[in-house]
Amino acid sequence: MIAYIVRRLLLAIMTVWAISVLSFMIIHLPPGDYVTSYIASMSASGSAVSEGEAQALREQLGLDKPITVQYAKWMGLILQGNFGMAMEWGRPVADVIGDRLTLTMIISVAAILFTWGIALPIGIYSAVYPYSFLDYAFTFIGFIGLAIPGFLLALVVMYVGFRYFGANVGGLFSPDFIEAPWSIEKAWDLTKHLPVPAIVLGVAGTAQLIRIMRSNLLDELRKPYVMTARARGLSEYRVVMRYPVRVALNPFVSTIGYLLPYIVSGSIIVSLVLSLPTVGPLLLKALIAQDMFLAGTIILLLGVMTVVGTFISDLLLMWVDPRIRLGRE
Amino acid sequence: MSAGTSADHAATLEVGAGAGVIAEDRIAVATQWQLIWWRFRKHKLAVGGTIVLILFYVVCLFADFFAYVDPTESEAQRSLMAPQPIHWMDNGSFRPYVYALKGTRDPLTFKRVYVPDTTTKIPVTFFGHGEPWQLFGFIPTDRHLIAVEGAKPAESLFLLGTDTHGRDLWSRLMYATRTSMTIGLVSVALSLVLGVALGGVSGYFGGPIDTAIQRVIEILRSIPTIPLWMGLAAALPADWSVVQVYFAITIIISLIGWTELARVVRGRFISLKQEDFVMAAELVGCSKSRIIFRHMVPSFISHIIAATTLAIPAIIISETSLSFLGLGLRPPAISWGVLLQDAQNIQALVISPWLLFPSIAVIVAVLAFNFMGDGIRDAADPYL
Repeated sequence: MIAYIVRRLLLAIMTVWAISVLSFMIIHLPPGDYVTSYIASMSASGSAVSEGEAQALREQLGLDKPITVQYAKWMGLILQGNFGMAMEWGRPVADVIGDRLTLTMIISVAAILFTWGIALPIGIYSAVYPYSFLDYAFTFIGFIGLAIPGFLLALVVMYVGFRYFGANVGGLFSPDFIEAPWSIEKAWDLTKHLPVPAIVLGVAGTAQLIRIMRSNLLDELRKPYVMTARARGLSEYRVVMRYPVRVALNPFVSTIGYLLPYIVSGSIIVSLVLSLPTVGPLLLKALIAQDMFLAGTIILLLGVMTVVGTFISDLLLMWVDPRIRLGRE
Repeated sequence: MSAGTSADHAATLEVGAGAGVIAEDRIAVATQWQLIWWRFRKHKLAVGGTIVLILFYVVCLFADFFAYVDPTESEAQRSLMAPQPIHWMDNGSFRPYVYALKGTRDPLTFKRVYVPDTTTKIPVTFFGHGEPWQLFGFIPTDRHLIAVEGAKPAESLFLLGTDTHGRDLWSRLMYATRTSMTIGLVSVALSLVLGVALGGVSGYFGGPIDTAIQRVIEILRSIPTIPLWMGLAAALPADWSVVQVYFAITIIISLIGWTELARVVRGRFISLKQEDFVMAAELVGCSKSRIIFRHMVPSFISHIIAATTLAIPAIIISETSLSFLGLGLRPPAISWGVLLQDAQNIQALVISPWLLFPSIAVIVAVLAFNFMGDGIRDAADPYL
């Protein structure tokens, strides 16, 4: 068990490192360095940066040193919680990202809950009644769900919502609450706005999960112990739910490791269409303005968040699956 | 594989023959590819998907023929025109026509609007003459799938309406298909090279190399891809030409997309390594490369084709998403994502819902690739 946790933790740390290198690369890919673009954005807003200040900034970031030293300095600053300045906003990156990162996470988790809530019963139904009309119907809908990119689905939902219900389904808060400080009412308002983005984000993953659940459970239901249980006169409900579903559930939990990056990834684009206050729109703006420091930080934090989520799901898997807990995979 | 598949196989054995003996003879002498084809043919959705894809690629080859105007020709006067219906029957006989359009001023907004002029009919012909173009880049012709008689198509034909710059959406969609469908192919080819090389090394040699490659794959798969793609794509210099951006985007997409292919190849290598014929080849003294390329690869090439086919839709969606965000292909390049950029906000959608037409092409192409890939995967191992 300890070995499993350590191995997962090591992998998580390596992943975070890989993400940090990639984010650093992205920051440094465009021509010019942070200071030149900082000066440009400052002079665009009317305030000049003196030669001395620029030099001091360069030294602080180690821009005159080799790339490896720069990376070390950057990591050092980040570990202290200093993410640099977001140029367009003229505020520290940490301030700008703040709530948005939390909201990204909330939406992603809501989407995963939705995915599970839908995929579980449908998967069980499709496996218990394979090749039935509803099974085919779900398979068909699942295929369509897989084929529609998230942003297209978001566009269609927006259009239908506006056209036929006269409502703007975008956003995460009612206008009254956007600027309001956090309170019970605001949290409730958020809950009411969550379903639409959660469904849009969750549909593609749901289709995949239903297929996994269906085939797992079908394999499980063919096993002799199920027949034994039936022969002993257990009710059909208990025959299915008691063991086969529990066994088939394991791969279900383990897919969260792939589901989470996928959903976080999708949330970036869907947020743009549905104008959700997540890091998505911020990232796009930063990239278009070539504010690579802000963009790199967002990519890094998104990656770290995903890795932490995956690690938690690994622990969860250990709790669900005794084979992993006891070190026999 | 499970009971269902062997039942399918039993059915395959009976393909197209009355007497069992003849059928068995046919099976016995059939090549692997014939067996795969017989199995594939029975998967109706897969065959349907394949036909659709062939049509898409025909459009790619002859986009100029299917389009009827220059996709970049803009005319502010004709911006955001609604799709125009074709009337198929004229006085009880089949003679398709469209009404000529008459420009007037809206008395309230003073906006220039076009209304159908029901007194003037413009006949629509198929395979008629239109703007000149060059078949395969050197055979001059002016035939188009759809043409009009006695008028300029740019002024009279608007099958799917126009965009904000007054460019014809149908013609743009044809050229976009060429870009988006080929970007899938180019990108998957790159992923394939990476996937087969790394997956093959990983599966054939095993040991620490295998572990290292597997860790890299796991790391790549646990990173959210879209933000990463966005970052890499945004770093492309703004002054690059359309062709440079096109190839840069394909490389960016395939750098992350190879992992699934590598996984499939590795799995095949590991299971084949234990087969008798591989050991026999080793004992006879075949070189490593001969064992890999003459003995192992032919027996799992169909699986690679299946995995490749199933990888293309994800690539198409990636390109569309990136271009939709304005970070992928940039105008004047035309792709499905670039076209959908115009449909980005709710105001545009409510005023001109036809701008969503390109999304139908995306969905149909992705579905077709999925169906075809599923069919190939099921047929990939005909000896099961």
